[in-house]
Amino acid sequence: MSLEQFKDRNVAQNYVHIPVDKPPQKPMDKFKQVVRRTFKGELFVGLWVVFREMIKRDFHTVKYPLEKLPISPRYRAVHKLYRLLESGNDRCIGCGLCEKICIANCIRLETRYDEKQRKEVTEYSINLGRCIFCGYCAEVCPELAIVHGQRYENASEQRAHFVLKDDMLTPLDFLKEGKQEEFPGFGAVSPNADERIKKTPTAY
Amino acid sequence: MTTTGFIIATIIKILVVLGLFSALAGFGTYLERKVLAFMQRRLGPMHVGPYGVLQVLADGIKLFTKEDIIPQNAVKPIFMIAPIIGAATAFIALAAVPILPEFEIFGVKVHPIIADINVGVLFVLGVMASGLFAPLLAGMASSNKWGLLGAARTAIQLLSYEVVTGLSILAPLMMVGSLSLIDINNYQSGGFTDWIVWSQPVAFVLFLIAGFAETNRTPFDLLEHEAEIVSGYATEYSGMRWGMFFIGEYANMITLGFLASLIFLGGFNDWGFIPGGLAIVLKVSFLFFFFLWTRAAWPHVRPDQLMWLCWKVLMPIAVLNVVVTGIVLMM
Repeated sequence: MSLEQFKDRNVAQNYVHIPVDKPPQKPMDKFKQVVRRTFKGELFVGLWVVFREMIKRDFHTVKYPLEKLPISPRYRAVHKLYRLLESGNDRCIGCGLCEKICIANCIRLETRYDEKQRKEVTEYSINLGRCIFCGYCAEVCPELAIVHGQRYENASEQRAHFVLKDDMLTPLDFLKEGKQEEFPGFGAVSPNADERIKKTPTAY
Repeated sequence: MTTTGFIIATIIKILVVLGLFSALAGFGTYLERKVLAFMQRRLGPMHVGPYGVLQVLADGIKLFTKEDIIPQNAVKPIFMIAPIIGAATAFIALAAVPILPEFEIFGVKVHPIIADINVGVLFVLGVMASGLFAPLLAGMASSNKWGLLGAARTAIQLLSYEVVTGLSILAPLMMVGSLSLIDINNYQSGGFTDWIVWSQPVAFVLFLIAGFAETNRTPFDLLEHEAEIVSGYATEYSGMRWGMFFIGEYANMITLGFLASLIFLGGFNDWGFIPGGLAIVLKVSFLFFFFLWTRAAWPHVRPDQLMWLCWKVLMPIAVLNVVVTGIVLMM
């Protein structure tokens, strides 16, 4: 399945309405229908259809743990925390907007001022057992620091595994290899963001 | 042949038939899953062994090691004996079926039939019919309403279709004049054009339809129709007792394939350049495949449609067929 098909939300356009005849009322009509169906060979049409599918060998099975279907970039799975590209510091500035907006109350962060009087995030945890993956945190984040990733297999033996910051934050070696890709999905800046910027009211 | 030799040969034949056909029945489940999967654009079993061939083995291990649960209110002895009836009748029916043409091995002439009785067809159909006690007793003994419904359906379905089987097979038997399957086979020894299916096409179709109903296969698998009655007579069964029902069902399918091939499709006579032994294997394989094919293609019928089809359509046609055959034979 291609990504375009997958993102097509207007599925109704592909619906085909099959004309259905009214069922026969009189006994004679019923008898005629039986005779027609008996000699029309509808049963053989059915046999042919499945046989054709068998020799075509066009399988639709996805062997799931071994292969996966592509998912939409707007899919909201487990969060990721990004780093600044050059310095490698957390992008998160500790503003606490995500904590504030979270309607499931599952985000918690602790901050303090470091020696340069800059805000530093000491703890950042998302209780994924509670998160409803609404995407508000990614949407509200002014720094594009928290985004939704595409890792949807989040089964675990322990609840504690659901809250680890280290799992969400881009590892440093990943960043150095340039593997941190900007996320095109939820909460991201739209491609034509520059055109959509309006000047402040005082200017016009 | 001496008596001792006869007994030894018979015992060997019994062991071979029993072993071969239970293995084939097991392998039949693999084939069924694979064929159905391909027809539904799936892959089917893939993980145990190459292309999932060893899935049968895994299933066997599972069935043998599963707990054998007997419900509290079930009638214990009948509940326990019912699956054995199912498997046993299926294999007993095979006793009078000539499986291959005669062949020689180590200088001994072998008749690949356990009991060459002169009423072969009668015996096979009779034993297969008595197999209906398996689902009937199972359903009634398991103190489960789905089981009871399955048992009731057994009574209506298998009993009614016995009539069609008997009547449809009567016409070819009138032509041959013998109930022995070997005589029926020899009647068609003249080649492709001698097959009884060409002179008795209606009987062939009726026999196949009734065969589907009697082996409880898809257009008529009302006994264990999952959508309506959970699993019918087998609802309360687990482990090997459940497995025995299915070995019986698949063995019955193979028996029916042999019957249809022997009576209508020329049996084990040489077919052009194909030797007889291979010919009958091909015919039975095709019929077995046909059983699976229809399962993928056709929907179920309702019980009332089943009864309507049996008594108002198939039975009159069968009677007419017998009458017409009789008139033609008299002239």
